[in-house]
Amino acid sequence: MKLIKRIAVPYSITIIVVCLAWKVLAVRVSQNVLPYPEDAIYTFLAALMTSEFWHHFAASAFRAVMAMIIGWGVAFPIGILMGSARRVDKFLSPFVSMTYPIPKVVLLPVVLLLFGLGDLSKIIIISLILGYQVLVATRDGVRAIQPQHLDSIRSLGAGKWQLFWEGYFPAALPHGFTALRLNSGVSVAVLFFVESFATSKGLGYLIMDAWGQMDFNTMFVGIFGMSLLGVILNEGSNFLEKISCPWKE
Amino acid sequence: MLTVSNICKAFDSKAVLKNISFHLDARETIVILGPSGCGKTTLLHLISGLEKVKSGQILLDNRPISKPVPDVALILQNYGLLPWKTNLQNVALGLKIQGISRKDRNTRARKILAELGLGGRENDFPCVMSGGEQQRVAIARAYASKPRLLLMDEPFSSLDAITRETLQDTLLTTWLETSVPYLLVTHSVEEAVFLGKRILILSGSPASIHEIFDNPGFGDVAYRRTSTYYELIRSIRHKIGEYW
Repeated sequence: MKLIKRIAVPYSITIIVVCLAWKVLAVRVSQNVLPYPEDAIYTFLAALMTSEFWHHFAASAFRAVMAMIIGWGVAFPIGILMGSARRVDKFLSPFVSMTYPIPKVVLLPVVLLLFGLGDLSKIIIISLILGYQVLVATRDGVRAIQPQHLDSIRSLGAGKWQLFWEGYFPAALPHGFTALRLNSGVSVAVLFFVESFATSKGLGYLIMDAWGQMDFNTMFVGIFGMSLLGVILNEGSNFLEKISCPWKE
Repeated sequence: MLTVSNICKAFDSKAVLKNISFHLDARETIVILGPSGCGKTTLLHLISGLEKVKSGQILLDNRPISKPVPDVALILQNYGLLPWKTNLQNVALGLKIQGISRKDRNTRARKILAELGLGGRENDFPCVMSGGEQQRVAIARAYASKPRLLLMDEPFSSLDAITRETLQDTLLTTWLETSVPYLLVTHSVEEAVFLGKRILILSGSPASIHEIFDNPGFGDVAYRRTSTYYELIRSIRHKIGEYW
């Protein structure tokens, strides 16, 4: 009941509002450009019953989830290390400052050449974008830990590893998860971009293929699929944050 | 027990403490009274091993203290509880660091929390506790590792008057039961007189000990209702008027 209230109600209201606005817009412009929402929704619901849609959805979900796991798994510990060890921060900070502003999607040709046309190169690009956000948020979060919390652990005789495990790690978790959650949307956006190249699987491909055929209802099936994937990733990150950081409730 | 000899400490080129010397016996309590920012916290950090001594020596039972050890428990200003740990986990943390099994440390932590009136609050996080309750959790954590010396940094300064007096009573009662000597720093004269067998006046820049008061009436929870208590407060106030 609580879950329905927290998730279903706000999402339902949003869907109704978007559909109403969409309908008004579709009536005003040509239906060849923007299909009616009821037609797009009908096509989407019909697609949910097909294995083809889930085939594309699974391919995209695999890439996005793998990228989030790898990006977070690499960036989170580096963020903690940079935030807690001045020497490591001094060494890595110039590299992060120089590479952080570069839009990582421009590296796609290089990554494709290095890692091939398969899933790996797509996952690496999304991981890079997500990883930087997690790294910077975690590093800044660790820097902001109150010194008295660390003194409190050290005063109990903790060594470096215990200080990391009892102090830095749990204090950094909310920052890492918040960055993951906020950037789950970015992951989906990048997913669309990387799936426009060298693949015949994934929601990005489905959208581009339908667009090429001027099949707008099918194109919206892909767009709705991306939205659904975004919601799942966002709520999944939210859930992970809730169970890992119960003190934040 | 604890011997502090000629301690000096400076941060960069600024001297903070100068020639601090005193001795704390087993079963004794000392309160260091000083104005805000005079170096009281630094002194406690030095004794706990959190800070390195520039010159001088700190000995616990004739052994120098160079790093934090389980024998010395420190209660920090604003309690020092970790927000990401439950009360039980906070209390058991020192025991966990010492390598005591989960079952044993939780049993001991539960017992001490119950003794301090926090039974049933083991799984709460510090953020849902009042200031007084958080301070009791901090006291529980300090006593859980059975320390031989307890250090406290203005432990009751952020509490309201009634809660402060209740917790001062709790601390005194615990001391009467356990006899664990403590060293407490504060800027409250009333607190110093109620909780210190001896009271050291710290002042100056760099800070040094200017006067030591013996407190023969110390050790009775009803001490606050005696004229001796108020007379000592008056004499200390008179003296600190000259130093602070």
